[in-house]
Amino acid sequence: MTDTTSTSQADTARASELGAVARFLKATEIDTRMLGMVGALVVIWVGLHVLSGGLFLTPRNLWNLSVQTSAVAIMASGMVLVIVMRNIDLSVGSAEGVIGMVMGFAQVHFLVRFVGLELGNPWIWVLALAIGLALGLLIGAFQGFVIAYLEVPAFIVTLGGLLVWRGAAWWVTSGQTVAPLDATFQLMGGGPAGSIGATWSWAVGIVACLAVVFALFNGRRQRKRFRFPLRPIWAETLMGAVTCAIILGAVWVANSYPWPVGIVKRYAEANNITIPEGGLFIAHGIAIPVLMAVMVGIVMTFITNRTRFGRYVFAIGGNPEAANLAGINTRWVTMKVFMIMGVLATIAAAISSARLNSATNALGTLDELLVIAAAVIGGTSLAGGSGTVIGAMLGALLMQSLQSGMVLLGVDSPLQSIVVGAVLVIAVFLDTVYRKRV
Amino acid sequence: MEKTAPANTGTPLIDMRNISIAFGGIRAVDDASVDLFPGEVMALLGHNGAGKSTLIKILSGAYKRDAGQIFVNGEEASIANPRDAKKYGIETIYQTLALADNVDAAANLFLGRELMTAWGTLDDVAMEAEARKVMGRLNPRFQRFKEPVVKLSGGQRQSVAIARAILFNARILIMDEPTAALGPQETAQVGELVKQLKSDGIGIFLISHDIHDVFELADRVCVMKNGQVVGTARTTDVTQDEVLGMIILGKCPPGAIPGPGALKIAA
Repeated sequence: MTDTTSTSQADTARASELGAVARFLKATEIDTRMLGMVGALVVIWVGLHVLSGGLFLTPRNLWNLSVQTSAVAIMASGMVLVIVMRNIDLSVGSAEGVIGMVMGFAQVHFLVRFVGLELGNPWIWVLALAIGLALGLLIGAFQGFVIAYLEVPAFIVTLGGLLVWRGAAWWVTSGQTVAPLDATFQLMGGGPAGSIGATWSWAVGIVACLAVVFALFNGRRQRKRFRFPLRPIWAETLMGAVTCAIILGAVWVANSYPWPVGIVKRYAEANNITIPEGGLFIAHGIAIPVLMAVMVGIVMTFITNRTRFGRYVFAIGGNPEAANLAGINTRWVTMKVFMIMGVLATIAAAISSARLNSATNALGTLDELLVIAAAVIGGTSLAGGSGTVIGAMLGALLMQSLQSGMVLLGVDSPLQSIVVGAVLVIAVFLDTVYRKRV
Repeated sequence: MEKTAPANTGTPLIDMRNISIAFGGIRAVDDASVDLFPGEVMALLGHNGAGKSTLIKILSGAYKRDAGQIFVNGEEASIANPRDAKKYGIETIYQTLALADNVDAAANLFLGRELMTAWGTLDDVAMEAEARKVMGRLNPRFQRFKEPVVKLSGGQRQSVAIARAILFNARILIMDEPTAALGPQETAQVGELVKQLKSDGIGIFLISHDIHDVFELADRVCVMKNGQVVGTARTTDVTQDEVLGMIILGKCPPGAIPGPGALKIAA
């Protein structure tokens, strides 16, 4: 029978019939698509490094790259869910703009002048962020409601949102830029102060490695409990070792980027430290926005893979009718996805406005396209039903690498747009070819 | 092959009495009565538009009847929506095979009724274990639990859809054209499944156009025409030609119990 032969291929494949590469991939259960993207990233990084005469793969550039990627990566993780459900959100950049403006206005004017908190009060950033989160949730809920319950296509609703929220961003202060922002709030933007330093970075790295090892052990124990096929020990060890090496490598890079001399001098004066001969080396360590992005990535991955809600999002994306017949409240799930997107736009707005130390009404312009591109390059299918958070975040890193690499090379900005646009189309084309073959 | 038709004594699993429903001015189902016993396959036959699908959608809760009564195990049941029907153990396998193509078999089996861990997260391992148990009963060769169902063959998808229904202790299974999209081997596989479900005491309504299928699988047939029941017969008591005559002409053969839709032969 047809299904016996296909079964034996899929499940009980004899190792001798597979090539070395295929055997390796099967044992480690690595997604070839993800491997392809990591490969593309490596090629781009090495290529830019050579072309820029050794400027790209430096701790300084990589550290900056990580900070620049954070905001787009955070929003891309939510865009995955939106696109998986066969929707689109064109309004994220504009929503980011209006939320950034409102948070800026709140911390500089509203909380100080109308509520009466002193400048520098440690509650200011908390309240400003809370106001932003509430607004983001509200914007997402509103758009989600119109899409899910009033049945207006997401493309139209969020296209409207693109214009509406950008206009609203101008409205907050009649176009005036809000600056400077609250000192604590600014930490979310990175910089020497907004990084956690060498010691804490190593601590975070080691905790992350322990978590990886624990997750591998736990997964193995679970599978053993139900007597499911296990990965060979060497594959488990290799996966754990590679993941830990990447984590510790990233920490090492972040810890190799020192504070600028001027800031070190000021810091030394403030703390009565005498600067030794040859200067004082104070490492940045991991930037706070990068930590935030990693946390968002973990939470979003958890939501998509381990919760009922995430399962429903994928089921609806695969077959809305079947999901409905199975008793899933598809409208409510749709609305929740847009609410999550709104919250993520708030986090992105906080990071990008803190990084600029100002809120402008142009904040996040064209970010919607970067976010969608990141999700799609990261393997999210526009037809719905498939996509991963980690893929989208890697996609964001890839887009940002190209963009900042071109800045390093001195490519003028019209050409940058042309390259980014072309890369997006080529990436989706390659993805289509890949999907047909597999 | 010898048919082991149940004796059909005692309380029927399902007894639909004098069901009527009209859409606009058209009486899609007109005073139709049909019953089903445990471990029995009752085939509903008729032309397109004869009312068989509509009648069955009333049972599955998709439509609300205008008149008539439904008894489940001898007790009157109120079925207003699909959730009510599920409460009575009535599960439907739709013609379109309502599966989420992009997720794996286990996720499909438990869609909408996931098993959760104590932490409130999905218990994938337990769901897969349960899925292996159920699928092992239906289709022991099935091993592709990790792949999205879109990669499965038609017969495998059909067994996933059926497993989904029986996993939740369906006592009454409605199969709407279960073999319409399948090749001959897969059709045979579904036939095996149906026989297995029968032996578990599950009652099955089978809607089909394929008269060979029906004689192969069903214990009784109920033929409908223009919303009315032409007649009900044991498949052992009538020939295929006689059943075709019921479908096309509405002529009730001597081996069948005539219904209100039977052609009145002028005496």
